[in-house]
Amino acid sequence: MTNLDSSSTAEPGVAQHRARWHDRKGLVQIALLAGLLLVPIGLHLLGHVYYVNLASKVTLIAMAAVGLNLAIGYGGMVSFGHAAYFGLGGYVAGISAYHAFDATALITWPVSIPGSDNMLVIWLAAIVLCGLLALAIGAISLRTTGVYFIMITLAFAQMVYYFANSWPSYGGEDGLPIYLRNGLPGLDTNDALTFFLISFAGLVLAMAITSRLMKSRFGAALTMARLNDTRLATAGINPYPIRLAAFVISAMITGLAGALYADLNGFVSPSMLSWHFSGELMVIVILGGVGRLYGPLAGAVLFVMMETLLGGLTEYWQLFLGLLLLVVVLFAKHGVMGWLAGREHDE
Amino acid sequence: MNNIARLGLGLLLSSSLATAHAEDVKIGMITTLSGGGSHLGVDVRDGFMLAMEQAGRDDIEVLIQDDARRPDLARTLSNEFMQRDEVDIMTGIIWSNLAMAVVPAAVRQGTFYLSPNAGPSDLAGRMCHENYFNVAYQNDNLHGAMGAYMREQGYENPIIMAPNYPAGTDALAGFKHLFEGEVVDELYTQIGQTDYAAEIAQIRDSDADSLFFFLPGGMGISFMKQWDNSGVDMPVFGAAFSFDEILIKAVGSASIGAMNTSLWAYDLDNEANHAFVEGFQSAYERMPTLYAAQGYDTANLILSALEKAHPSDKDAFREALREADFDSVRGEFRFGPNHHPIQDIYVREVVEGDDGEPTNRLVGVAVEDIQDVYHTQCEM
Amino acid sequence: MSVTLLIEQLINGLQLGTMLFLMASGLTLVFGVMGLINLAHGSFYMVGAYATAVVSAASGSFLLGLAAGVIAAAATGALVELIVIRRLYHRPHLDQVLATFALILIFSEGTRWLFGSSPLWLNPPEWLNGFATLPGGARYPIYRLVIIGVGIAVAIALYVVISRTRLGMRIRAGESDREMIGALGVNIAKLYTLVFAMGAALAGLAGAMVGALQSVQVGMGEPVLILAFVVIVIGGIGSIKGALFGAILVGVVDTLGRVYLPALFNNFMPASEATAIGAALAAMLIYILMAVILAFKPKGLFAAHD
Repeated sequence: MTNLDSSSTAEPGVAQHRARWHDRKGLVQIALLAGLLLVPIGLHLLGHVYYVNLASKVTLIAMAAVGLNLAIGYGGMVSFGHAAYFGLGGYVAGISAYHAFDATALITWPVSIPGSDNMLVIWLAAIVLCGLLALAIGAISLRTTGVYFIMITLAFAQMVYYFANSWPSYGGEDGLPIYLRNGLPGLDTNDALTFFLISFAGLVLAMAITSRLMKSRFGAALTMARLNDTRLATAGINPYPIRLAAFVISAMITGLAGALYADLNGFVSPSMLSWHFSGELMVIVILGGVGRLYGPLAGAVLFVMMETLLGGLTEYWQLFLGLLLLVVVLFAKHGVMGWLAGREHDE
Repeated sequence: MNNIARLGLGLLLSSSLATAHAEDVKIGMITTLSGGGSHLGVDVRDGFMLAMEQAGRDDIEVLIQDDARRPDLARTLSNEFMQRDEVDIMTGIIWSNLAMAVVPAAVRQGTFYLSPNAGPSDLAGRMCHENYFNVAYQNDNLHGAMGAYMREQGYENPIIMAPNYPAGTDALAGFKHLFEGEVVDELYTQIGQTDYAAEIAQIRDSDADSLFFFLPGGMGISFMKQWDNSGVDMPVFGAAFSFDEILIKAVGSASIGAMNTSLWAYDLDNEANHAFVEGFQSAYERMPTLYAAQGYDTANLILSALEKAHPSDKDAFREALREADFDSVRGEFRFGPNHHPIQDIYVREVVEGDDGEPTNRLVGVAVEDIQDVYHTQCEM
Repeated sequence: MSVTLLIEQLINGLQLGTMLFLMASGLTLVFGVMGLINLAHGSFYMVGAYATAVVSAASGSFLLGLAAGVIAAAATGALVELIVIRRLYHRPHLDQVLATFALILIFSEGTRWLFGSSPLWLNPPEWLNGFATLPGGARYPIYRLVIIGVGIAVAIALYVVISRTRLGMRIRAGESDREMIGALGVNIAKLYTLVFAMGAALAGLAGAMVGALQSVQVGMGEPVLILAFVVIVIGGIGSIKGALFGAILVGVVDTLGRVYLPALFNNFMPASEATAIGAALAAMLIYILMAVILAFKPKGLFAAHD
């Protein structure tokens, strides 16, 4: 993936310096995370349920973008098809809840498996299925590079999209409502704050996994594969399985976010699978700062805020959204995090 | 200038909530104002607001938001309306898939929802709800009525076509249900398809004596243009979704002669309709579509119920809605047990108007008092 | 299914293919010469159609409208290149994707602001409303044959320009070594603007021609854009020959798939299920085709270079 111009992109990965709480970057990161956690709690205490749900939305979109950032930012794999995993995760939650509600079997062959409304079961299923889908798609797509990779991931996502759209069993284009939010033993998931905290835990976990991964030998190899394929090969390491593994993990994170997002909305539809959504996820990653751990979070906060605020002001809000995005990409080269927290140390 | 005025109106609408009183009524409208198919949302909004202005009540506040035809955005906006603005009534959604994302949760939380357009079968049947009212139609109504009309007119071998998605398969099923005969073939197209040369060739090659199609919006425009260009000589039938006043102007003379079913026509002769058509034309300087009529009726239904009860008294207000005690622009109007209309469906023909532009002319009634088949599945 | 119908469907596929070629050739040229991914290419298609609709409605002449459509698209392209695109050549693909994604939003909503949400009227001119008789006796609309003819003419013209003219030489030089042509004293900035405007003009031409058979509305370029990307990836990015071959392949496969897949499934399934599943598969067909081709030829069929 040599097309990521290394001279103008942040250099994440092994060489990344540890953020300390007292430097600017550390402060911005702590402020972001604390803000996302504390503002909804405060608003909940004031009785504003709507803002808590909005915060859950930001959190889950950010989590999906954390997954994509692992592929794009750290792995240099510009996937234009991550909506496929987000949507698949959503459909796992929707279909499983549908069968649990109807008390019918999910599949009857080779063994009969009933639906489940237990989130733990759904999460596991979403992660496994998204992993398998990404394994299949990645195995073929990673044979290509550059623009071809962008387009082949888009093609696979379009296949899934058209399939979901025209397959009649689970609502097709109309989508599938989730009547009762899936549950977690011992918790009331219908409570907005509880659900937000579950989502927040998911986001933090996804960021922690990304961070740990990138500090490991695997992360070093992935960074090397992105920066200099041949050097990795001369070191006797084949970059292909490393990239594939990162791609699969990336899809799993996005898929889990999708499963939670379906529960948040009480609804899943093919629009979660559309190329527009893949594009929006990319926009969020770039907006926040490619290959920066907190980038997706900053990007998601900004994007959802713009969407919500502008939408209330004018029916031509998408025009202004477009102008804003254009300004950001032309003048803030390292995304919001680059602008707020400064460049990475090793640039 | 018009745009700037509207922008100002939008600002006004969303910022005036601070001054609301306890007895005031808040209505949240989520509709499609941007992107493809936005002329439907614009007309629903304009028809709705026309009725509100004519009523001249200052205790009703209407909040308007654009869903950009995206289900998840519609869902977020509905949460905003219910949880932040605490609206009493919601309305506005155009598309079935957005309705399915918003309506079930909204009505369960106690908000009234009145649909000015979308009428998916699930909401009429197994997912019906006491707080959900459809003021427009159940999705099958117009297609079924055309089936009945074509049978009556003596057509024996129609070929039928729709996009391959739930509203499309429902449309063809609805058509066949009332046509009761055999169809030559069923063609399924893709959503958003722009080229129909392959389908037109298939239609010409078949033994059909007539064509019935359901291709809403831009798909209908593309198809009608290409159909005309292909020179196939076969009578064409459809539903009003492909033949509203705006679409047929875009198609031009190619649409002349096509028959379509509608729950409303601008030349329907009743007093409410005269007031509506004249009022709409003078306010917006264009012909209303059936979407504008539906928006207008929705607003008037709400106004009629507000005369009797405040939405905070849920049982009384629901009862007042159920009575449908308003003068509908489409003539007689009442609700069935599942809160979906029982109404006459009309047949219109596209003809050349006085100005040389195509326009719809009322031909007659296709089916009287049509009712959807799903009401038997509804337990309310 | 008779042979006559098969021939007609093949011509339909060819016509869809030539239209896709007009879109894809500009896209692939811009990528080949400047290394730029342009998601906003579909917007030029829309600009072409809108300008044609407005001017032909005002003047009553389709040809005048067509000329206006091509010029408007080219001018828009040049303007966008000068203001936005030229800042993106040295940026990663990601930034290009984001910026041109933003341009889609700006063009779509800007058009709606200017022209409203109602689709515009645009029909083929009266004098092209005749029919030709195909071998086997089927009548085929002249206008669609004209679209095929225009597509072929553009393909030949592009071939001549690129292989025989000074401009073409520079384009070829730019494709193989971007630094080199700067050293040769060619004004790269001007060349890039010219190539970009040329690509936009071709998209505008496609929008104007096909707009007469379709709905002229906001967002009309997006479905075509995705198909055009599939085409250039199948053909090999940067290769005009690949774009031509890919476009015809996609056009024919898509058309025949839509017609014959449901019929195929009819042989061993109940009719209603067969049509639904056949149609679902037909919608996925070209993406399956693309995945299969890239799995075996990761750089497309006529790989120029990456």
